[in-house]
Amino acid sequence: MASGREIKTKIKSTQNMRKVTRALEMVSASKIRKAQDLMKASRPYARAMRKVIAHVAQASTDFSHPFLIERTDIARVGFVVVSTDRGLCGGLNSNLFRRLLPVIREYQDKGVQVDVVAIGQKAVQFFRRLKGVNLIGSATHLGERPKVEQLIGVIKVVLDAYIEGKLDRVFLAYNDFVNTMTQKPSIDALLPLPAVAAELEAQHISGAALEQSHDWDYIYEPDAATVLEHVLGRYIESVVYQGVLENLASEHAARMVAMKSASDNATKVIGELTLSYNKARQAAITQEISEIVGGAAAV
Amino acid sequence: MSTIRCDIVSAEAEIFHGEAVMVVATGELGELGITPRHAPLITRLKPGHIDVVLQGGERQQFYVSGGILEVQPQVVTVLADTAVRAADLDEAAAQRAKKEAEDALASRTDAVEVAEAQAKLAQALAQLQALERLRKNLKH
Repeated sequence: MASGREIKTKIKSTQNMRKVTRALEMVSASKIRKAQDLMKASRPYARAMRKVIAHVAQASTDFSHPFLIERTDIARVGFVVVSTDRGLCGGLNSNLFRRLLPVIREYQDKGVQVDVVAIGQKAVQFFRRLKGVNLIGSATHLGERPKVEQLIGVIKVVLDAYIEGKLDRVFLAYNDFVNTMTQKPSIDALLPLPAVAAELEAQHISGAALEQSHDWDYIYEPDAATVLEHVLGRYIESVVYQGVLENLASEHAARMVAMKSASDNATKVIGELTLSYNKARQAAITQEISEIVGGAAAV
Repeated sequence: MSTIRCDIVSAEAEIFHGEAVMVVATGELGELGITPRHAPLITRLKPGHIDVVLQGGERQQFYVSGGILEVQPQVVTVLADTAVRAADLDEAAAQRAKKEAEDALASRTDAVEVAEAQAKLAQALAQLQALERLRKNLKH
């Protein structure tokens, strides 16, 4: 059995660890509220935007923007992966990657190249090591209040690649914030838009379906090219931004839960260690007494 | 009277949501008055005001700094970059912004800076206009 002093050091270090995990838990608990507010505030915009885009995809326009055309043979797909910058948030990132890998492998088995744009340090580290995947862009250290401007660079990389025909399909992977206990790893289609519209229809997003069924088109002011370019660019920005906000809220929620269970575990370990420390102490005392008694009897 | 659903959202919040008799907005090519069963239309918005006429003739005024307007026969959607209720606009701040933008225009030569200053000036002017209109409306 370990000596009393050894156990005592172990108790001390576990207590210190618990202090750290408690602090992290508290920090996340306060940050999650802010992140959630941010996420909720921008949800109506994202929702309205998706509705407009679903309408645009249904319009029978003469103008053909590359975003609106579904390509039949797919040679290269892109993934925009949103992850966290820091660790200690349970299985949040690994769950997302685990959900993503089979999808990537499936494309690779069909001979399709896979490009990845990583948002967040963890995705950068993961995809840099992953074989057969090209990392074409990254954005890290977005902070507690991500701004759309911080994402424009990486979004442009993807959009340009798509327009030039280097990517035939783009997906967005992020953790959807359901509630504090649940975060759902999600992979949504980003481009081309018919794929998005089909997905929306499958989800029965209210208002996405239009009452009119005959062919119709918008009146564009000033003209279709200018307006659609603007609208589509804004749409991609808003979807990626929303993904980043959801992921941020998910990060804090996951960290809070992970740190809470770490603190609880530390408390349990401390309890067990204290028990064995007391046992060791008692055994030592008992032994000493019996030695004294034995010595006295011998005299 | 028939009505049209109107949604005004900005990147930060949902600003207005409800039934309207008419919606007036400043499109890129000029003012638009949208009534129920309007033909589908999509346009960019200039910095300016958006008037929503409710059933019973009550008017609600908003200011947007730019964005997108989508019209479907039953619904108008305004995706604003930033939007505020006109009553919440701060006139002093708008005046200051206007002055700053004018100063910047006078002193700077770089093309990007000039464009930036012009955009700011347009926004400040639009805010002031929205305030002006609001004031007139209150007097009536």
